Amino acid sequence: MSLERSEVEGIAQLARLKIDASDIDSYATGLNNILNLVDQMQAVDTTGVEPLANPLDAVQRLRIDEVTEPNQRELFQTLAPLAEAGLYLVPKVIE
Amino acid sequence: MINKTLAELASGLDSGEFSSVELTTAYLDRIKAEDSKYNAFITVTGPEALKQAQAADAKRAAGQATALTGIPMAHKDIFCTAGIKTTCGSRILDNFVAPYDATVTKNLADAGMVSLGKTNLDEFAMGSSTESSFYGPSHNPWDLSRVPGGSSGGSAVAVAARLAPAATGTDTGGSIRQPASFCGITGIKPTYGRVSRWGMIAYGSSLDQGGPMTQTAQDAAMMLNVMAGFDPKDSTSVNRDVPDYTARLNEPLKGLRIGLPKEYFGAGLNADIADCIHAAVKQFEALGAVVKEISLPRTELAIPAYYIIAPAEASTNLSRYDGVRYGYRCENPVDLFDLYSRSRGEGFGEEVKRRIMIGTYALSAGYYDAYYRKAQQLRRLIKNDFVAALEEVDVIMGPTTPAPAWVVGEKAKDPISVYLEDIYTISANLAGLPGMSVPCGFVDGMPVGLQVIGNYFDESLLLNIGHQYQQSTDWHTKSAV
Repeated sequence: MSLERSEVEGIAQLARLKIDASDIDSYATGLNNILNLVDQMQAVDTTGVEPLANPLDAVQRLRIDEVTEPNQRELFQTLAPLAEAGLYLVPKVIE
Repeated sequence: MINKTLAELASGLDSGEFSSVELTTAYLDRIKAEDSKYNAFITVTGPEALKQAQAADAKRAAGQATALTGIPMAHKDIFCTAGIKTTCGSRILDNFVAPYDATVTKNLADAGMVSLGKTNLDEFAMGSSTESSFYGPSHNPWDLSRVPGGSSGGSAVAVAARLAPAATGTDTGGSIRQPASFCGITGIKPTYGRVSRWGMIAYGSSLDQGGPMTQTAQDAAMMLNVMAGFDPKDSTSVNRDVPDYTARLNEPLKGLRIGLPKEYFGAGLNADIADCIHAAVKQFEALGAVVKEISLPRTELAIPAYYIIAPAEASTNLSRYDGVRYGYRCENPVDLFDLYSRSRGEGFGEEVKRRIMIGTYALSAGYYDAYYRKAQQLRRLIKNDFVAALEEVDVIMGPTTPAPAWVVGEKAKDPISVYLEDIYTISANLAGLPGMSVPCGFVDGMPVGLQVIGNYFDESLLLNIGHQYQQSTDWHTKSAV
């Protein structure tokens, strides 16, 4: 299993990460090294083994569906790179 | 004063030997004078600390002080602190001032502890040396050319260099225990779900767990008393009573059953570290413990399983950094895709990007079963091995790390070699078990840690073992400064 340059570009796009063209090869090497490391997993027979998502096999706690958080829009928007009139500003999406 | 433990500082405050303001001032002065050579802190909060110290002194004067009231500490910069910069070691959060306190931050503040500031870490806790921090590496007080370990490296340095008497850490694959080992201090990663993750910036949510980093096991017990507990705000928090972790510290260890996994003493282990561990085990035998060899046959599979599960969870968790709501945003984005991908591409460092990409790949259509599901199946097998072993023995002991701290930059070109250093610590995170590292010797002048892994929610026993060991040895009293 070895990732090609174009596959690395595809993964970067899926992950929304801008990677300079000159760095793609070194990321490909880095990712392939990790994939080689994890390859030994495939040698283990795990037929019928239930995947473990939570180490205590805990399930999601349920609670009453009610409002527990106050609205703190103004406080939170002070952290935004660009916000105005209660709105987060981004480049134009719809022409 | 700077070598005092939390227990000693508490009695000094109680007897009026010094006030919290005096104590806090002494630590702030030390940080100012010394930290340029360690780079333990990203942010020092002097004025806020002095205010908290004054409040603590007033509380004490009013007879309302508890054990930790007025004692300074430092927070790993992964815990949100209201009104104070919280960076997680990343450029993408370089300007992020948390709007709320993490539960751990709040619990320690409510107990009256004084926060001196925020300590350095590998970016988003992804690393074992602090070398991936946007703020540069921290330096090991035992040898400044060496790494302190990571990711909670700044916290370990702060305690080892006596810039703070205690600090918080978090541990996803060894990030409390390994730096504790490298810096010659005590650190415990509690059972998954024991300490709230609310406000603790997420890396691998099914693995992350906060814990104390201190000079002694007794101090760790005092701090864990305050850090642990059910938190309705954390959906994985466990609703179970918190015992007084100091209550069992003095119990004798007679009859304690210790298991030594043969896989933890294999070819990869530095021979001098092996000697230190065997000497520590002898000490436990002298204290009445019974030792037997056990097997954890899937030890080597823990690294591959971890390097799928943790990056997969990271790729999901870190999708929140979008350059829109908070954090770094690129200049002049041409469209929304450009805004996302350049803000993230410029805001994250190389190791974080590598892990996000591995995680994205492992979770993508067509590869999920081969990687993520497979890793989770191995995770269950690894857990089963521990559960079986812990039916035969009370605790498992071994080295925390296969080798002592490396030289800064030495492994920069080979990230995989760093991943392999986590071999003894990663399994406890996959299984969710508590693990502790206590100092047990030196190799070439660098500290060595003994790791003790216990059963679920058996932190009291681990701390009891650590304390009894520290009552009969003096490794934990050795100071780098």
